[in-house]
Amino acid sequence: MRYEGSAVRSQTYNKTFIDKIWNFFSSVKVGIGIIIVILVAAAIGTIFPQEMYIPPNVDPTTYYKQEYGTPGQIFYLLGFHNLYGSWWFLLLLAALGISLIIVSIDRGVPLYRALKHQRVTRHESFMKRQRLFAVSDHGISFEQVKKVLLGKRYKIKEDNGNILAEKNRFSRWGPYVNHTGLIIFLIGAMLRFFPGMYTDQTLWIREGETAAIPGTKTDEGQYYAKNHKFVMELYNKKDKQFSNALNQVNNEVPKNYQSNVTLYHADPSHVVGEAPQLKKVKDAKIKVNEPLAFGDYALYQVDFKLNEFHRMNLKLEKKSTGKSFGEIKINLFNPKSEYNLGNGYKVKMIEYFPNFKLDEDGQPATENSVPDNPAFVFKMFTPETPKGETAFIGIRKNVEAGKNKYKMTFSGLETKNVSALTVKKDRTLPIIIVGGIIFMLGVVQGLYWNHRRIWIQQKNGQLWIAAHTNKNWFGLKKEMQAISQESGLVMPVDQSDEKSA
Amino acid sequence: MAELSSNLLYIAFIIYLIATAVFAMSLSDKKGNEKAAYTRKWGRIGYGLSILGFISQLGYFVTRWIASGHAPVSNLFEFTTFFGMMMVFAFILLYGIYRTNALGVFAMPIALLVIAYGSMFPRDIAPLIPALQSDWLKIHVTTAALGEGILSISFVAGFIYLIRMVDQTVSSKKTKMIEIIMYLLLCVLGFVLVSAISSAAGYETKFDWTDKKDQKTELTYNVPALVGPPNGTQADNHFGPLLNAPSWMNGEEAPKKFNTFIWSLLTGGVLYGIIRLILRKRIAAAIQPKLKNLKPDLVDEISYRSVAIGFPVFTLGALIFAMIWAQQAWTRFWGWDPKEVWALITFLFYAAYLHFRLSRGWHGEKSAWLCVIGFVIIMFNLVAVNLVISGLHSYA
Repeated sequence: MRYEGSAVRSQTYNKTFIDKIWNFFSSVKVGIGIIIVILVAAAIGTIFPQEMYIPPNVDPTTYYKQEYGTPGQIFYLLGFHNLYGSWWFLLLLAALGISLIIVSIDRGVPLYRALKHQRVTRHESFMKRQRLFAVSDHGISFEQVKKVLLGKRYKIKEDNGNILAEKNRFSRWGPYVNHTGLIIFLIGAMLRFFPGMYTDQTLWIREGETAAIPGTKTDEGQYYAKNHKFVMELYNKKDKQFSNALNQVNNEVPKNYQSNVTLYHADPSHVVGEAPQLKKVKDAKIKVNEPLAFGDYALYQVDFKLNEFHRMNLKLEKKSTGKSFGEIKINLFNPKSEYNLGNGYKVKMIEYFPNFKLDEDGQPATENSVPDNPAFVFKMFTPETPKGETAFIGIRKNVEAGKNKYKMTFSGLETKNVSALTVKKDRTLPIIIVGGIIFMLGVVQGLYWNHRRIWIQQKNGQLWIAAHTNKNWFGLKKEMQAISQESGLVMPVDQSDEKSA
Repeated sequence: MAELSSNLLYIAFIIYLIATAVFAMSLSDKKGNEKAAYTRKWGRIGYGLSILGFISQLGYFVTRWIASGHAPVSNLFEFTTFFGMMMVFAFILLYGIYRTNALGVFAMPIALLVIAYGSMFPRDIAPLIPALQSDWLKIHVTTAALGEGILSISFVAGFIYLIRMVDQTVSSKKTKMIEIIMYLLLCVLGFVLVSAISSAAGYETKFDWTDKKDQKTELTYNVPALVGPPNGTQADNHFGPLLNAPSWMNGEEAPKKFNTFIWSLLTGGVLYGIIRLILRKRIAAAIQPKLKNLKPDLVDEISYRSVAIGFPVFTLGALIFAMIWAQQAWTRFWGWDPKEVWALITFLFYAAYLHFRLSRGWHGEKSAWLCVIGFVIIMFNLVAVNLVISGLHSYA
């Protein structure tokens, strides 16, 4: 088979293995097949949430069965919980990419050749084969026809008194342009997996804290951020404008999440262990939808934790009198091992559990280093009890080793908010943007214009007329009607109508 | 301002209703010149009314925007009514090109159903949560809705093609499918009727039950309970549930939604039954003779043209603008969120449609069936993904 009268590779060679692969992917049918398989697979993946959207602290092996029963278990066992990252889904996307490339070359090149070298005078059988076709005995003025055609923005070529009028040929390249855009887009998406192209890390940073921003370290140094304040604003339920809606829900509705930060940059330090020299870059308010951009990076407000314990204050008291002998202030991130209250009073911290729990053996332990539930083992020394008294103190817990004369009582708490900032670098974005723009241009080019051709020939004293469009025959017929009315040219007949009638 | 806004929407709704009736009238059985003049006259009136209704709804949109301070496309009610408005806009556009009255007979009531469906959700003006506070809200959502509106017209035209062309003298798979579509459209009407009547009567019945977070909560039904929550007890003496929902259906409001769903199917069935009893033939068989003057290739062309116009708009709004915004708000341009995936599925489906049509020559009936499937996908993304699957896009 030939395409617009030009040889097509996939229809010419079918010998070697490469020919066979080429021919497989050059088929539009196969291309549509791949699209439909991707479509169905993607749909199946939305039946239950993907693994990335289930709560972070649950075990997926049991979660899907527990939440969604047997269908959930099947979903999990077949690997649909991580469908979009699975090897076979990526393989399908790759197959689509290959199909796009091969189909474009296989058809694009011969189409280009054919349209570049079009003959004006075509064979009778070519004319007869066209969907819009007519033969008329009436002679007409070619000048008038040409004027009308030019008026409709046709380009006219003449040869031996025959006419080929053509317009919007560029629309034929639309599909090739949009396919190219898609290929660039897919390549861009693939480049993410190459080192240095993509960073995605999250930083939890407390108010008042300065921290190195992970993933931003290069030979030129590293970025740091200081979190001055995390701000959360809520809508006021009395707000007239929104009160109806706000009072429908029990929860508060958030208005703003914001971290006030200062961005610093530090040159690479030459001495290991020496504190980095921070140079201020800028102050910024990072809000949802308003990330802070710097260099290749962007810093996003993604999460927060309100009122994390920061400092806990405890008083040493004598049980019988309730008299206090001083207060200790424990920095929960960096506690001291001994707090001296003077006059022979001191408190030693024997053990510290920032996030207290009992382990499997019933022994005290800590979940992690975040002080969500701090607990301590203190040894209290006073002139009266020089050997010291031991007590275990936690939130609403007070366990004593023997009978103590002194105790530690809770006297105050300082909290701080914590911001979660995600740092992103994505060097593939420009490629993806270019791919997207080219795709859109190609789609518009291919869909909003139609390539129309009209052949008018004189054969044996008769006038032959044929017309062709790559799509939108309805539009072409309407235009032909207008042309025939204005120029006296006979209106060609739609041969597909005659067949079906 | 908020009150003016809802009045304008109400007025638009009434005008659309009248426009539908006028378009239906314009399909006459009269012959010859008299017929052409009659059709043209009533077609013009219908078209004028459609534009008038559109302007009124545009007034609703603008006044609500002023009242709320943000583009009113931020919850299910606002988005769905806007989508209906974009369907009307797409109809106005395509009628302007093709002047086909039959298109109005189907496009207007379907847009009406969409708007009425949306109006059954909470209509209070709500503030924007931080993730929605962006200019991309208006850009992304309006363009996506416009694309979907135009694509919906391809379904309308395809559906008309099927009613016109499928042989109604014998019962076949095709006639059954067409009737199923009719039935489903009536189910939407059923949903609207049941919800509207119950809410006008102020009906409420309460259940105590334990939801999936193992919390004892109260669930308030706004329509009579056919299906109660699993392991729930009714807290009042209203009409009780005939049966309980299966135990896995324990999401926050799942049993309530399921109950409303059952009501919609039943009411749709009753409506369909009544219509069949009156017509004494399939609905499509009753409509078919009214369409006999319609050129099939013209409707086929309208259907294709809607995809050709709608596909790039949809791609721009629902994928490209969506990706730009997602990069800004959620740190990544693509995250396989269910709504994103269904936008991609819609895109892939219409891409396949264009290849079938332009490369493989699928015209007429095959093409029309594809447009029906495309509309089902769009509706799935609007209804099921929001109410059942949800995800990051679950506002209402």
